[in-house]
Amino acid sequence: METLTLLALSFDALLNLSLLYLAWILLNCEDLLKAIVLFVAFGLLMALAWVRLDAPDVALAEAAIGAGLTGALLLTALAKLRVIETNKGTTQQLKQDSENFQTLHYMTPLALLLVAIGLGYVVFSMPPISAGLSNDVATNMGNSGVSHSVTAVLLNFRGYDTLLEMFVLLVSLLGVWSFGSTTSQHETTPGPVLDTLTRRLVPVLILVAAYLLWVGAHAPGGAFQAGSVLAAAGVLLLLMGWRPGGYLSTLPFRLILVAGPGLFAITAALLYLLKGQLLAFPVEYAGIIIFALETTATLSIAVILAALFLSEPPHSDKEHI
Amino acid sequence: MQAIYFLLALFLLLNLIAGMWRVLRGPTAADRMLAAQLFGTTAVAILLIVAQATGDPALRDVALVFALLAAVTAVAFVRRAWPDEDPRHDTD
Amino acid sequence: MTLIDYLSTILLIAGALFFLAGTLGLLRFPDIYTRLHALTKADNVGLGLIVIGLALQSESLASAGKLILIWLLVMFAGASVSNLIASGALQRGIRLWKR
Repeated sequence: METLTLLALSFDALLNLSLLYLAWILLNCEDLLKAIVLFVAFGLLMALAWVRLDAPDVALAEAAIGAGLTGALLLTALAKLRVIETNKGTTQQLKQDSENFQTLHYMTPLALLLVAIGLGYVVFSMPPISAGLSNDVATNMGNSGVSHSVTAVLLNFRGYDTLLEMFVLLVSLLGVWSFGSTTSQHETTPGPVLDTLTRRLVPVLILVAAYLLWVGAHAPGGAFQAGSVLAAAGVLLLLMGWRPGGYLSTLPFRLILVAGPGLFAITAALLYLLKGQLLAFPVEYAGIIIFALETTATLSIAVILAALFLSEPPHSDKEHI
Repeated sequence: MQAIYFLLALFLLLNLIAGMWRVLRGPTAADRMLAAQLFGTTAVAILLIVAQATGDPALRDVALVFALLAAVTAVAFVRRAWPDEDPRHDTD
Repeated sequence: MTLIDYLSTILLIAGALFFLAGTLGLLRFPDIYTRLHALTKADNVGLGLIVIGLALQSESLASAGKLILIWLLVMFAGASVSNLIASGALQRGIRLWKR
C-alpha cells in the first residue's frame, strides 16, 4: 500500500511539474507552429490531470476540444496568418497593432497575479474537509431522470448554466461571422491515403459521438463531448475540401444551429408558465426531456463548432443556393 | 497488480516527457508534429492502464476520443499548416 | 498473483519496453524518415502488447473488445498519418539521411 501511494504521488508530481514547464515554454515560444504543438501536448497532459483529479467528464471534453479541435483550429489560423504576413502592406499594420499592445503586455501578468492571489485566498479560507453540495446531489438523484450525477447537475439541477453556455456558443459563431469573409482555403484533392482515412474515420466519429451521447445518462459523456466529436467529423470533411457553400444560409441549417439553445429556452419558458419555475422538470418526464435536450444540443454544438472552424459567413444572396 | 500498473503509467509518462525534447529541438515542423503523435499514442496507453488500475471504465472512452482526434490534428497540420521547409538543416 | 496476472505483467512490461524503444528512436535517429519508423512501428506494437495484457485482466468480453478496437483505431490512424507526413516531407524536399 505504501509503494502504491508513493507511485501515485510521483506520477501526479511529475504531471504537475511538466504542465507548469510546458505552459512556461509555450508562452515564451517565438515559433508559432512549435507553440501550437506544445499547446496540443499541454491539452493531452491536462486531460491526464483531470483523470487524476477524478473528473473523467472534464477529461473527455479536454481530450475532444483541448487536444483535438483546438489544435486543428490553431493550425488553420496559423495558415491564414501566413497568408496575411506575406502581404507586405498588412505587415506594417500588424507592427503598429503590436506596439499598441505593449502596455497590455505588462498589464496581463499583473492582472493574472491578482486573480491568482484572489483564488488562493478563497481556496485557503475554505474548510479543509467539506462535502460541498455532493450530499444534496446524492439525495436528489432519484428525481433527476438520469443516473450519472454530472449529467443530473448539468441538465437538471443547474440546467440554466448549460442553457446559457449554449447561447454563448451561438453568439461566438455570430461574432466570427460578423468579421466578414476571410481568405478562403483552397484545398488540393486528397491523395488515396488521406481519402481512405477520411472515409473510414468519419463514420467512426459519428458512431462514437452517438455512443458518448447515449452513455451520458449513466456514465461520463454527454452533449458537449458528443458534439465536439461530431464536430471533428465535420472538421475532417472541411479539411478534405468539402464546402457547405449555400447550405449555410438555408432554413434547415439555421434550424439546426438554433435547435439546441432554442428547445432549451422553449422548455424553460413552458415550465415557467405551467409550474412557475424555470427548468423544474416533472420527475416522471425528466429522463425523456433531458434526452431530447441533449440530442438537439449535440447537433447544434457540432454544427456551431464546425462552422466556427470554417469561419466563413453564409452568403446573403440567394443565387449560391 | 496495482503497483505494477502505476509503475508502468509513471514509466510511460517519463517516456512522453522525454519526447518533449524532440518538439523543442525540431529541426523540421514535421518532427514536432510527429512527436505530438507519439504523445497521443503514449497518452492512450497511460489512460488504458490507469483505467484498469482505478477500475474506472469511463477512462477508456477518454482514450478512444484521444485515438480519434489525434488523427484530426495531424490531418489539419498536413493539409493546412505545414510550411515549405528549408532543406539546409533538416537532419541532426 | 495468478498465472494470468504473471502473463499480463510480462506483456505490459514488454509493451512499455517497446514504448521506450520508440522514444529512443524519436530522440536519437538522424532524420524524419527514420524517426517515423521508430515511432509508428514500435509504439503500435507497444500499445498492442499493453492492450493484450490489459484485455487478459478485463472484466468482460465487451470491455476487452473495446480495448482492441482502440488499438486498431490508433494503428489505422497512425499508419495513415505517418504515410502523409513521409510523402509530405519528400514533396518538400527534406533529404534522406546518408551515412
